[in-house]
Amino acid sequence: MKVRLSIPEPEGLSAGHLACQGCGATLAMRYALKGLGPDTVLVIPACCWTILAGPAPLLSTGVNVVHSPFPCAAAVAAGVRHGLLARGKASTCVVAWAGDGGTFDIGLQALSGAAERGEDILYVCYDNEAYMNTGIQRSGGTPAGAWTMTTPEGSALPKKDLDAIVEAHHPAYLATATPAYAEDMVRKFKKARGLTGFRFIRVLAPCPPGWKYEPEETVRLSRLAVQTGLFPLYEREGGAFRLNVPVAKRRPVTEFLSRQGRFRRLGADGETALQARVDAAWAALPGRT
Amino acid sequence: MRKALMGNNAAAAAVKLARVEVVSAYPITPQTQVVEALADMKASGEFPGRFVRVESEHSAMACLVGAAQAGARTFTATSSQGLAYMHEMLHWASGARLPIVMADVNRALGAPWILWTDQTDSLSQRDTGWLQFYCSTNQEILDSLLIAYRAAEALLLPVMVNYDGFTLSHTYEPVDVPAQEAVDRFLPPLNYQYALDLANPRAFSALPKPKEYMRLRRRMAADMDRATVTVAAIEDEFARAFGRRYAAVEPYRTDDAETLLVVSGAPASTALEAVDRLRAEGLRAGSLRIRQFRPFPAAVLRAYAGRERRFVVVDRNFSMGHHGIFCEELKSALYGVKGRPKVFGTVAGLGGGDITVELLEEIWRDADAGRLDEREPLWMEDAR
Repeated sequence: MKVRLSIPEPEGLSAGHLACQGCGATLAMRYALKGLGPDTVLVIPACCWTILAGPAPLLSTGVNVVHSPFPCAAAVAAGVRHGLLARGKASTCVVAWAGDGGTFDIGLQALSGAAERGEDILYVCYDNEAYMNTGIQRSGGTPAGAWTMTTPEGSALPKKDLDAIVEAHHPAYLATATPAYAEDMVRKFKKARGLTGFRFIRVLAPCPPGWKYEPEETVRLSRLAVQTGLFPLYEREGGAFRLNVPVAKRRPVTEFLSRQGRFRRLGADGETALQARVDAAWAALPGRT
Repeated sequence: MRKALMGNNAAAAAVKLARVEVVSAYPITPQTQVVEALADMKASGEFPGRFVRVESEHSAMACLVGAAQAGARTFTATSSQGLAYMHEMLHWASGARLPIVMADVNRALGAPWILWTDQTDSLSQRDTGWLQFYCSTNQEILDSLLIAYRAAEALLLPVMVNYDGFTLSHTYEPVDVPAQEAVDRFLPPLNYQYALDLANPRAFSALPKPKEYMRLRRRMAADMDRATVTVAAIEDEFARAFGRRYAAVEPYRTDDAETLLVVSGAPASTALEAVDRLRAEGLRAGSLRIRQFRPFPAAVLRAYAGRERRFVVVDRNFSMGHHGIFCEELKSALYGVKGRPKVFGTVAGLGGGDITVELLEEIWRDADAGRLDEREPLWMEDAR
């Protein structure tokens, strides 16, 4: 039987993993590796993936992993790239693979430096919107109203607009992705892999314990984030901005919020305010062209 | 070829001679000229390595960690706050067993802001698992960096070569710059056995269990322990190749000396003059220069402690709440030696104050006459 698959069959990620049931970050790695292929080196700072890649001597990714301290995934990745080039190995894609804490917060300086220098790396932030590996504390990626262990009343601050910060560095490629849109995600990783210069992909990775929902909801929440307009799927290559999933009729944000325990304290006013912010941001999206 | 070079230029010359493949650096006074000289050499094509102008010292070392893991020979230079900012990465570099070499141009730490030399910056990195050398001349800076690559690559431990800010970094001295062919014979290309192998994927620095961690640390400690012998053999080879000899501890007129000045860095050169002047008066003075701080050459130093000698350590550094750091280390090394040699500690020249011949003579006389207290350091200001 001849089948043309929409997602490549070869698996980089090995069967069985150490993540929580329903882990969005694990789905993200699976699809990312399908797009990246085997000639890849991952640089992973402190984050859930420090554990998920396998404690020594295990390795779940099928490609080299260089572990790195928290603040400097981008700098270590740049170093690996320079080191490989110095040794005449130009084909390898070097990927910094960091969580939102290691990107929005402690890793931002190294990220900015690498982006501004146009380092030939792909930087991936799998954004689960809090410090999940340390047990759910607020990060710069935590959205307004979300409960975390350090924002027991709900975070009073809005999520940092990291994409805009990265965009200001004029990267060779910038995209958003989330596992519910698997084909879109694999395509973006494959595309980023084929480009040179600084490339950035932010992956929204739902987290059952951190967002407080049942594991089987991960893909639904990943999809709802897009369909409510909270997490638009887009890409920017050079000057060209493209909205990949236009969402003709956006769903109300409450459909995304009500399925998670972390927004329980947000309240009707908070939801209305968030809906207004999403509407405004969505309206401004074409302006990013 | 003999040239008049500042210490920082001597360092840059060594980097080129060592055929370093990746340099990553961030500017800080008084290290800046090293980076500038390398940038000039890069621009003119004289230095073919890669040069990454990172946004911080933390990223400078992080970048080298990545490049070294990929198998490249690497270098950076820094000073003071920059070294302190790198601290986390220093532990990482040694724990990952990466043969990185760095020059630290010794500068005191703030607050308050201070530009001039002392050694508290690098000595604060004592427990990071790096070999440490302290240079006394610009020639030694160049030579030590070449020796450092051999040592780092033999031991798979990173090496820090330290020299006094301004006193050496910005002062011209005659330096013999060896021929490239001679350096190539002494220092072959790096073949890092644990480099990333794309055909054979591995995890580097992944989380071990406590027992495995303990074993890794024990191996690292054992390699650090054998470093003194390894480095001595490399220094012998260097002496045969280039005619200049270095050692972990360098004695001067110690044979019948009753009191020894114990010094490091540029003031060690000054101490030679102080010893000569004291000797001219018929006094039995000598000096020991500690060139290698990590691993600490305890066995070598114990050999000088046989005859109820007095040691007086001049520390241009300080560990708050205790002593000067070389003094602490020397006392620890001599613990249990028969006859219990006396060790006096003095602190001088913090933040770049001059350590003059006269000051060293005064320190020696105080120690020789037993006017110092072994239990607490004497802070010496130079009245002259």
